[in-house]
Amino acid sequence: MIRGPTELRFHARPRELKHVRAAVKREALAAGCDENAAQDVMLAVDEACQNVIRHAYGPEHEGDMVLRIEQQEHTLVISLLDFAPPVDPSKIKPRDLDDVRPGGLGTYLIQEVMDSAEFVEPPPGCGNLLRMVKRVEGPKRSEG
Amino acid sequence: MEHSVREEAGALIAAFSGEVDLENSPKAREILLDCVGRGSKVLVDLSGVSYIDSSGVASLVEAFQRAKKSGVDFALVSVNAPARRVLELARLDKVFTIHETLADGL
Repeated sequence: MIRGPTELRFHARPRELKHVRAAVKREALAAGCDENAAQDVMLAVDEACQNVIRHAYGPEHEGDMVLRIEQQEHTLVISLLDFAPPVDPSKIKPRDLDDVRPGGLGTYLIQEVMDSAEFVEPPPGCGNLLRMVKRVEGPKRSEG
Repeated sequence: MEHSVREEAGALIAAFSGEVDLENSPKAREILLDCVGRGSKVLVDLSGVSYIDSSGVASLVEAFQRAKKSGVDFALVSVNAPARRVLELARLDKVFTIHETLADGL
């Protein structure tokens, strides 16, 4: 059975992220991800939240994020909405891994573990909306 | 995140456990850079780390680079599956010296 969407609204602060990670992993496992895939999805969402905290809101702004996790037929669709000033997606690029330096890995990790991750048009009055998709086998169906 | 630092066989061993994330990676960075500043050999024990994100990895990279500049031996030991996965994704498993066990690193 496909579960209904789960939505979490939380302050864009580092201390919130452990709760977000726990919720994401729980949902990913319920959607049929194995342990490794669920860990990957959790990492991607955590990194996306960090990008919002560090770059979209940055030190000058504060606000909320809304995470929506929706299970579809063979995919997990995760949307992360913020209310920060709009970012220019063309300026968000994963860095070259041959350039070993601290930082700049988050976007690369998201793209590496998710099947897709792209900014889409947010609802009016909102900041940015990142949509991430992960293919999953789907939950085990009960017989009869 | 919990941590401890101890000295054994001429090495400073910084052991971390729990989740190394955006909230506590500044503390991890501070501990690692302090060890690199004090020791000639630093081993970072990640056996208890259940999760590490890019900010935690950045702390390791910064300490590694500081150690390299200062001529300090720097290695990771007992990297468990969740941390190893992130290091492999970032292709840093080929950059860091990684020992399977603490005994191997000493």
